[in-house]
Amino acid sequence: MLVADRVIAVALMALSIYFMVHAVELPIGWEGSSGGPGGGAFPFWLSLIMLLAAGGILARSFLQEGHSGPFFDRVMIIPVVSVITALVVTIALIPIVGAYVAIPLFLLWYLKIYGRHGWLLTAPIVIGTPVFIFFFFEATLKILLPKGVTEPWFFPLYAMFF
Amino acid sequence: METIALLADGFATSLSPINLMIVILGVTAGLFIGAMPGLGSVNGVAIVLPLTFIVPPSSAIILLAAIYYGAMYGGAVSSVLLGIPGASTAVATTFDGRPMAQQGKAGLALIAAAVASFVGGTISVILFTAFAAPLADLALAFGPAEEFALVLMAFTTFVGLGGDDKLKTIVMICLGLVLSTVGLDLISGQPRLVFGDLPGFYAGISFLVLAIGVYGIGEVLYTIESSRTSPQVTPAKITLSELKAGFRAMNRLWKTMSFGSFMGFFVGMLPAAGATPASLMAYGMARQSSKEPETFGKGNIEGVAAPETANNAASTGSLLPMLTLGIPGSPTTALLLGGMVMWGLVPGPMLFIEQPDFVWGLISSLYTANLAAVLINIALIPLFVWALRMPFTVLCAIVMVLCIVGGFAPSQKMHDVWLIAGFGVAGYLLRKAEYPLAPLVLALVLGPLMEKSFRQTLIAEQGNVLAFVERPLSGTFIALAVLFFALPFIKYLRKSARQKVAPAE
Repeated sequence: MLVADRVIAVALMALSIYFMVHAVELPIGWEGSSGGPGGGAFPFWLSLIMLLAAGGILARSFLQEGHSGPFFDRVMIIPVVSVITALVVTIALIPIVGAYVAIPLFLLWYLKIYGRHGWLLTAPIVIGTPVFIFFFFEATLKILLPKGVTEPWFFPLYAMFF
Repeated sequence: METIALLADGFATSLSPINLMIVILGVTAGLFIGAMPGLGSVNGVAIVLPLTFIVPPSSAIILLAAIYYGAMYGGAVSSVLLGIPGASTAVATTFDGRPMAQQGKAGLALIAAAVASFVGGTISVILFTAFAAPLADLALAFGPAEEFALVLMAFTTFVGLGGDDKLKTIVMICLGLVLSTVGLDLISGQPRLVFGDLPGFYAGISFLVLAIGVYGIGEVLYTIESSRTSPQVTPAKITLSELKAGFRAMNRLWKTMSFGSFMGFFVGMLPAAGATPASLMAYGMARQSSKEPETFGKGNIEGVAAPETANNAASTGSLLPMLTLGIPGSPTTALLLGGMVMWGLVPGPMLFIEQPDFVWGLISSLYTANLAAVLINIALIPLFVWALRMPFTVLCAIVMVLCIVGGFAPSQKMHDVWLIAGFGVAGYLLRKAEYPLAPLVLALVLGPLMEKSFRQTLIAEQGNVLAFVERPLSGTFIALAVLFFALPFIKYLRKSARQKVAPAE
């Protein structure tokens, strides 16, 4: 817990320095005699406060006795990391193979392999969810989801709904 | 009297068939979302917001408000049936709701929670109606200086009154405010913080992206970790005699319920407080003023009624500053505010003048939502028992897919979907490290207003910083902000002074 607390505090400090470096591209001081602060002032000075506060958290962690107990429960880290990985893979696949392949694949993995559910529960959700999404977003709201290489498959459907 | 006429006009809007249907739909969806362990009103509103493009803007807000309302009712369901609070706002309901369920009185506890929620909701909506117009009138006098001072005060309440670590709260407020400045500078129009000139950042970071990430993906990750095994659902059945017994028992609790309603309403208005502390306070007060405090925690029906009135009243209370001043009182109302801005209905006093139909339609819909919620809640109890048996992985999988698709829909850019995933993981880690997420979301929503009002004031006053304290209203807000900010230090000093006098303590 103590180590994780420090790592997060350092990460936030790094983030605020990164923000400050970018903020100085615009004026951070007073604009002339009456213009008020410049465009970079708000992000710059707030990042500085964030840097100081995160630094305070880091400094405090060296003075105090740490919380007992680990940050990650060793048994739980595998499911959390595998769900995050599946999420990232799914998002990366969407522009390539299209939402209507990537999302059913994600559901199939989550329910069948990760959740160990039977086909009776998995199949209706894997098939039903994309159908619902198509009718809700594309047919009703006219919001087209990325289809990637599967785009040609949808031409007959477009002809029906648009 | 004028208020009553306006409210009557509002009912003409909210009782139209489409809006009535929307209220019933929203309340039912909210009840189920609230009943799911881990998902509360803020998750429900964040996940459903992108789906509300399907109805016109004013109906979309009524829908979201109904979901908010329904979720406040639904939170009690899993507190009683699973012993796990459906949302943090229903934590206090588990104290006596769970023992009641274990004694075979789950049905009675659920009826008590529904009736108490109805009483809390109704009293607070009446208070809301009475305060809305005067507060909006007062807010008409606000200039940019007052707006800035008010936002500053809202943030300092998190530092002074919030229960979280002070330094971590400050970090989260600053992070939210800095993220809100990404994109084009409001005044000069120059791009800033666009991180390697990624075109996606020119449009800024939408509150919706952060909210879906933190409250959708982040919440799922958090729940995966905290609930690996499926909890046991306590069966509950509702009979007519149980209904009668429930109403009779509740009839004796008017004092507790009216106190909970008033307190919840006023506590709910404060950005840093809200429904969770309000319900805990109401529970504590009910136990203190009870003749038999030892029965609390062992299945006393009063211990269910008190927090449930307070958390519903608080959710209405947090709507008041959002609608009249444009300053949300909770993360959920911050999302409602963001949604309204997205649809061109900017909350604040001008909304009462320019869109009275919408404002009073929304307020009157709270009455109908409240009535619909209590009826649907009691009628659907058997369905909740069934729904809570749904495997957790199914819920998580569907929420994840809704987050991906819902995150893509508003802007239609994959950039936003990646940001959602990033915010989800970051939000999960920050939450585990006990960083409060509510100030982060509030800061991102209020950041543009804060910066704009600050810089407008300085331009208008020719760089005179004292303008903020010279104006009476803004000066008062600044003074309060300073007080809230200093509160932790004052407490600390007093504590250490006392320790010097009495080291034994």
